[in-house]
Amino acid sequence: MSEASTNALESARARTFNPKQFLREYGIVIALLVLILLLSIISPTFLTFNNIMNVLRQVSINGLLAIGATFVILTAGIDLSVGAVLAFSGVVTASLVQGGAYPDWIAILAGLAAGLVLGLINGVVVAKWYVAPFIVTLGMMSAARGLTFVYSDGRPIPGLSESFKWFGGGTLAGVPVPVWILLIVFLISSFLLYRTRIGRYVYAVGGNEESAIISGVNVKRVKIFVYAFSGLLAGLAGIILTSRVTSGLPQAGQSYELDAIAAVVIGGTSLNGGRGKLWGTMIGVLLIGVINNGLDLLNVSSYYQLIVKGLVIAVAVLIDSQKSRKS
Amino acid sequence: MEYLLEMKSISKSFSGTYALQNVSLRLRPGSVLALMGENGAGKSTLMKILSGIHRPDEGEILIKGQRVAINSPRDSLKLGISMIHQELTPIDEMTIAENIFLGREPTRMGVVWYGEMYRKTRELLREMGISLDPKTKMKDLKVSDIQLVEIAKAVSYNSDIIIMDEPTSAITDREVHQLFRVIRDLKAKGKGIIYISHKMDEIFEISDDIMVLRDGQFIDSKPASETNNKELITMMVGRELKDIFPSNKPVPGEVVLEVRGLTKDKWFRDIHFQLRKGEILGFAGLMGSGRTEVMEALFGIVPFDSGEILLDGKPVRFRKPAEAIASGLAFITEDRKVQGLNLLASVKHNITISSLKKVSTRTGILQFRQENKEAEQYVQLLRVKARNKDQLVQYLSGGNQQKVVIAKWLMTNPRILIMDEPTRGIDIGAKTEIYKLMNDLAHQGYSIIMISSELPEVIGMSHRIVVFHNRTVAGVLNQDEASQEKIMELATGQHLVRS
Repeated sequence: MSEASTNALESARARTFNPKQFLREYGIVIALLVLILLLSIISPTFLTFNNIMNVLRQVSINGLLAIGATFVILTAGIDLSVGAVLAFSGVVTASLVQGGAYPDWIAILAGLAAGLVLGLINGVVVAKWYVAPFIVTLGMMSAARGLTFVYSDGRPIPGLSESFKWFGGGTLAGVPVPVWILLIVFLISSFLLYRTRIGRYVYAVGGNEESAIISGVNVKRVKIFVYAFSGLLAGLAGIILTSRVTSGLPQAGQSYELDAIAAVVIGGTSLNGGRGKLWGTMIGVLLIGVINNGLDLLNVSSYYQLIVKGLVIAVAVLIDSQKSRKS
Repeated sequence: MEYLLEMKSISKSFSGTYALQNVSLRLRPGSVLALMGENGAGKSTLMKILSGIHRPDEGEILIKGQRVAINSPRDSLKLGISMIHQELTPIDEMTIAENIFLGREPTRMGVVWYGEMYRKTRELLREMGISLDPKTKMKDLKVSDIQLVEIAKAVSYNSDIIIMDEPTSAITDREVHQLFRVIRDLKAKGKGIIYISHKMDEIFEISDDIMVLRDGQFIDSKPASETNNKELITMMVGRELKDIFPSNKPVPGEVVLEVRGLTKDKWFRDIHFQLRKGEILGFAGLMGSGRTEVMEALFGIVPFDSGEILLDGKPVRFRKPAEAIASGLAFITEDRKVQGLNLLASVKHNITISSLKKVSTRTGILQFRQENKEAEQYVQLLRVKARNKDQLVQYLSGGNQQKVVIAKWLMTNPRILIMDEPTRGIDIGAKTEIYKLMNDLAHQGYSIIMISSELPEVIGMSHRIVVFHNRTVAGVLNQDEASQEKIMELATGQHLVRS
C-alpha cells in the first residue's frame, strides 16, 4: 500500500472501535473482572474486606517477583533463580533477627544485599560472558538453593524478634504491610520503567539488541541492572515471606519463579522482549491470586488449581502469539 | 492463446481502503513484464493475489485463457506460478538442495532420496551457471548466493509464470548478468516473467513491456522500447521530477577525518581515505568488498588490528559505538530492520533513543515535554509520514522508516554521518527527499560517507568516490572523472589486470 493509504488505514483503525483489538489489549482485565463477578455471586465470602485483603497479602510475594521478572523479560531474558534467591535472603535475614541478635534494619539490609549480590552475579555472567540467561539463572537457582541449605544447615530458623514479624503479618491503616510494600515497589518500578533513561533502554535492548548497541546504549549495564533488580526484589520478597511465616525456611520459594513468569506472560509481556507493561503484570498476579483464592473458597482441590492455572497461561500465550503475528 | 496470464479489473481493499482499484495486467508467453511503481503502489498486493496469499475482492484471473481461482499458495504453484520473494527465507541449517526441494523431496520407498535430490540440484545449478555445491549449508552462503539459490528454486518448479520481486537487490553486477541470461533462457522456452525492480537500467535491459502502478491504480502499460527513464519516473511519482540529484553541491572545507592503513585480518587491509567538511564521500564496490566492515571498525562496533584514525588531526580509537557517537559520528546502518530500528517501539522512542541524555535530567529522569518537542521537530524536519509520533515504526513504509533512522542520528548532533546504502528498498519519491536532505546537510557543514551499490546514486551524489576491490581501496575518483564504467573497472579489479 502507498504511504497515504497506509496512513488512512491506520487512522481508520484508530477512529473506529475495533472489538478484536480491544479484547487483545484489555482481555486480561475483562477476564479478571468477570472472574471477580462470578466468584462474588457463587461465594458470599469472596467479596468481603477480609477476603480481599487475604488475596492481596497472598499475591504480594508473587507480585514483587513478577515485577522483577517483567524487567528481565522485557530485555528478552529470563530469571529462573528468584525462588532460590528468595530462600537465601530469607535464611540470612532470619539468622540475624533470631532472638533479636541484630536490629531488624540490619537484618533487612543484609537480606536485600544477599538478593542484590546474587542478582548481580546473574547479570554480570549474562552480560559480560554472553551466556544464555536461561542457563545462567538455572545454575544460580541450584547454587543459591545449595547455599541456603549450607547456611541454614538445612533446618528452619525460628525464634524471630516480635518487631520483625510486622513486615509480613502486620497491617497499616487496615491494609496488610506486604500489600503496602508491593504498592510502593510497583510505583517506584513504574517510574523507573517509564520515566527514566534506564527504563527506556530496557525496552530498547529487548526490542532490538543489535540496534541498541549501535545506537550507543550500554547494553551490558542494562542487562546487569535488570538481573540485579530482579535479585533485589527476590531478596525483599524473601524478607517478607520469612516475616509472615515467622521463620527462615531453606526450602521456601520453590517454583515461585514459574508463578512470576506466568504472571508476566498472562499480563501480556512478550517473552521475546521489547513489548509489555507493568500494570499487565499486576493484573496477571491478581488473576492467579483470585483463581487460587476462588478455587479455595469453592473447596476445589489444589491439584485442580494447578490445572486451571496451566490453562490460563496457555490461553495468555495463545493471545500473545496472535498479537505478534498481527504485527 | 494470446496471453499466458490475464488479470482483469482486480480490486482489493483492506479495512475499507483500496490497495488496488480496477487494475488489469497481461503477460504474453516468452516475455518479461516489468511491474513498476513506488513502494506501496500496490505491486506487492497484486503479486500476493497472484501467488494466493490474498484474494481479490473483485476481478478475475485467466491463465492461458481459462478462468481460475487462486485461493492458496498451493493453488498458485499448481497453476504454474512461482514467486521469488524480496525477503529471503532460507532455512540456515539445511543444505542448498534441501532448501530447493523443501516440501517436495524426491523419495524412494517413502524415504528421502538424497542422491537424486543432489543430482537434480547440481543439474539445475549448472544449467543456471551457478557454481555452488548443493551440499553447502545455507548459513555458509553469502547473501548474493542465497538470492541465487532462491531464484534457482523458483525456476525448479518449472512454472510457466515466474514472479521476481526485486531479485537483484542483494546481488552483484556479475550475478545480475547471470540472472539475465537465465531469464532469457526462460523466455526462449515460452515462459512469462513478471519482474519487479526499482533499478531503471535493469528494467530497460531485460523487459519487453513495462506496466506502472501508482496508489493502487493502473497508470499505463507500454513496450519498453517506446518509453524512457524520465517518462517512467513521471508516471510513477505522478509529477515531474526536475532532477533526482541536487546540483548545488557545497565546496568541501578542511579534512575532518583521516583513515590511514586500517587493517583487520581477513576483513580489510590497508585502507586509506580522507573526509572533508561538507563533503559527500561515496564508497563504491561490489557487495562483500569490505566497505561496511571498515565503517563498523571505524565506529567501534568491531575491533581492528592496525592502522590509524585521525579525527580533526588527533588519533582516536573507539572501543564501542557510544564513544564514536560522543565524538560526533553517526552510523545509519545498511539494514534498518536489523540494525537501525526497534520495530516494537514508537517513532518518538526510536528517534530519541540515542540522545536520551539531551531530554533527561542528570539523574536520568526523562523530561517528556522536552522529548516530545525534540522528536516533533525531527519528524517535521524530515517530513516523516506517520499518524503521529507514538505510532509504532513497524507500520511505516520503508522510506519513512529510513527517515526515522536518520532523525535518530541527526538528534545526536553528529558532524560525520556514515550512511550505508541509505536508499535501499525505498521508493523514488523518498529517495529524492533523502538526496536533498544529504545535500542540505553537507551545505550545513556535515561530512557524509555514503556506501552505495547503486552507481548512478554514487556518481550523482558524491564529491569523490572511493572504490573498493577485494577488501581494499582500488582507487579514488573525482565526481567529474567518474563514470559507471570506470567504477566497475576498479571494483572488479580490471585495472590490476591491465597494468
